[in-house]
This record gives sequence, structure tokens and C-alpha cells, in this order.
Amino acid sequence: MREIVLPGDLISTNPKAAGSGTYVENGKVYSKTLGILDKNENQVRVIPLKGRYTPSLNDVVVGIVREVTSSGWVVNINSPYQAFLPSQENPEVKPNKKLNDILDIGDAIIAKVQNIDPNMRITLTMKDKMCNPIRFGRIIAINPARVPRVIGKKGSMIKLLKSELSVQIVVGKNGLIWLNGDRRKVSIAEEAIYLIEQEAHTEGLTDRIGEFIRRRKSDAGIET
Amino acid sequence: MPESRPEKLIIDGKRLDGRKFDELRPIKIEVDVLKRADGSCYLEMGKNKVVAAVYGPREVHPRHLQDPSKAIIRYRYNMAPFSVEERKRPGPDRRSIEISKVSKEAFEAVIMKELFPRSAIDIFVEVLQADAGSRTACINAASVALVDAGVPMKGILTSVAVAKVDGQLVLDPMKEEDNYGEADMPFAFLIRNSKIESIALIQMDGQMTKEEIKMALELAKKGAMEIYKLQREAIMKRYVTEEGIEVEEVNTDA
Repeated sequence: MREIVLPGDLISTNPKAAGSGTYVENGKVYSKTLGILDKNENQVRVIPLKGRYTPSLNDVVVGIVREVTSSGWVVNINSPYQAFLPSQENPEVKPNKKLNDILDIGDAIIAKVQNIDPNMRITLTMKDKMCNPIRFGRIIAINPARVPRVIGKKGSMIKLLKSELSVQIVVGKNGLIWLNGDRRKVSIAEEAIYLIEQEAHTEGLTDRIGEFIRRRKSDAGIET
Repeated sequence: MPESRPEKLIIDGKRLDGRKFDELRPIKIEVDVLKRADGSCYLEMGKNKVVAAVYGPREVHPRHLQDPSKAIIRYRYNMAPFSVEERKRPGPDRRSIEISKVSKEAFEAVIMKELFPRSAIDIFVEVLQADAGSRTACINAASVALVDAGVPMKGILTSVAVAKVDGQLVLDPMKEEDNYGEADMPFAFLIRNSKIESIALIQMDGQMTKEEIKMALELAKKGAMEIYKLQREAIMKRYVTEEGIEVEEVNTDA
């Protein structure tokens, strides 16, 4: 049983234990957001229940190209900041190809956060085996704070979705999720993800989602 | 139809609406009422009805307003034309611009703006029905909406006014007391860990003696603690599911 805390709640008197979602003042640790308190002997942290996505290094994100410049692309990654994908970070770039023929405004990509400078200028890279331009499939948006729940404990939830429905799923840390596969199965996966988002803080969710998917599959007449 | 001043504002040690001197008007708070806002809140404080919406942190437009070291906070207090008895001309006026400014400054002390350089946090509060003390109602609603939006803050702002009517200090004045009283003093407190930490906003209209101001502060503190409890309850109610808050271990890395 874990406790929900609000901004300003005193959660510890040991400043050395202060983890994410907390701040220290006069040797006392306070929560700085609305979240779930996660406390053990050597660390206290607050897992936020809501809030915008703040990029961190090596996050895989799903983004949408907003602008094409002479040196790269400006990408919207559903955070307070636009990200930049330099042309040299896109392996598809060839000297005789124009940048807007490779990626144009409105195109979606899977990219990785390569660098964040102190002014929160974000650089992306696509030089990774996970990274690809998205040319088909479906993108859905969820609350970024719920992303860990969609992935599940050691990826259990995402494995369940993939194995039960045999669809491709990439969960961006920014709350955008790319789905690809049989359209009926993708629709079930989408529903399941929204259900996970809604019931993120309830127990036994993985089992219930498994049951939900099996029920929807038999409703839609898809053989198991 | 402008009413004339009631003969007495205090009758037999009670106020016009039957409240005691240190009693608040009934308060109702609902969290997460707007689908497209990051955080929102509907609040009733007596006859005041207000809606607050929070967006952000998000990109700043126009670009020249952005600050490379911290987030900017924009607060808009607006009264609907139908919120008062005589139709109010729509749009910002001298009064609402002032309220927006002072409320914004109160929130700047609470929100951790340094965490989001080059971004903006927008707070919009609409007064749907106004009685007295709509700015305090708006601040209360806005701080609940900010918590709901997951904006990092040092604590929670809670606001309440104290008025002086017929020589008596009263908490949370209603319209008659505000219009015909001798003085009106809205406060906003930063509450951290269920304790009043500091004053984020204080204004005064009319005159009070030094002793009265001290007493008013004590009265306001008491009222603010009651409101804080209601704010807290409202947020908890929204996020605690009926089965309790059992949470499985979640994995933060993919």
C-alpha cells in the first residue's frame, strides 16, 4: 500500500535520501509534485501521477516533424521543448538527396534523445536499431506519466500485448505509442492501452488486461 | 437592481447569512473537469463559481517573452459578462488586470520555474458567478488545477479574505459585507506540510488598525487551514481509487 503525496508534503528528514520528484530545504525532504510515495531505507522518491514529459538522455521517443531546415529537422516530441534532429544523425541522408524528400513536415519518426544542453535544447539521433521513420501503422497518445505502467514490471505488460496480439508496438517515453499489424488486433491493443492508462494505479492489472484482450479477441472472431 | 445598504451587517452576533464571525462559506471543489487542459478545477465558494485551467509547461508564443533561465507564468483572471448582476463588459479591465498581476506574482513564489527554462505555464481562471472574494476563490481553484497538472511546486497556495464590518472582523466576507464594510483584506498563504509557511499575497481596501491587521491575519490563517484540507481532500478523491491505492512495482526503464 503506497501513499499519494501532494506538493509540499514532508516525506523525509534525511536529505541524503532525496530522490526524483523531491526537493530539499533546510535539511528536510519535501515532495514537489502530485505522486505516489516510494520509500525505502536509502532513498525516497515520488513517482508523478501527471505532468508533461521532460526529456532525459537515451529516451526513445515518437516525434512528428514540424519544420525542415537546411541542417536537419525540428521535431515535436510532445514535451515543453521542440527537439532537433541534425541531418548527420539520420542514416538515410545521402549527399544527392534533399532533406525534405527524406522526412517532410508531418512525418512521424522513432528517435532517441542524444543530448540535452543546460538550456534544454534537445538533439535527437536516429542512428540506433530501434529508430525508424514511421510510414504505416497507428500512433496513439497517453499521459506520459503512465508510460512505465504500459511497459510493466520488466516489460511484462508490453510482452503480454505483443504476444497476445502479435502486433508491433513501440512505446515512446513521451507518451506517444506506435502500433502496427492487423488492423483489428491493433484496435484491441489500442483499447487495452487506454484501459491501462485509466487504471494505472490498481492491482492485478496485467492479469485483467490479459483477460480483456482474450475476451475482445473472441468477440472479434480472431482465433487464439 | 442595486440594493441599498442593509441597516446592520451584524445582527445578534451573527452575520447576515447566519454565519459566525470566523466561519467560511460552504466550499465545493471538483478536480479534473476539463478534458483538454493539463490540469483543471471547478470551485464554488459560497456564491462564487469559478473554473481554473492549467496548460503547460509548454512552448512560449510569442517567442520574445521566453526566459532562458526559467519558465514564465501567465495568469489570466477573467469575469464572464453574466457573472455579476449588471452585465459586465467582456474582456480585461483595470480590475481584472490587477488581480491577474498580483495572483501571478503569488504563484511565481510557489511554482518551481527554474525546472523548465524557455517554457510557459499558463493559468486561466474564469469567474462564472461572482460574489465577494472571487480572487481568493480563483487562487484556490488555480492551485488545485496546478497540482492536478503535475506542475512541481514548493507547496500549495490557499487564499481567504478577512473583512471589517460594523467594527467587527469577519472571515470570508460575502457581497454585502464586502460592499458596505469598512475594510477588506485578501490573503494567500503558501502551505507546506499542512503548515502555513509564508504569505504569498496580501492586499487591503479600506482601513484597519495595526492590532486589527494582526487579528485579521490570525483569522485568515485559521480559515486557510480549513480550505487547505478541502483542497487536499478534493485532489485525493480524484486520484485514490475505491479499492485503495495499491500499486504494483513499476519499472521506470524500458
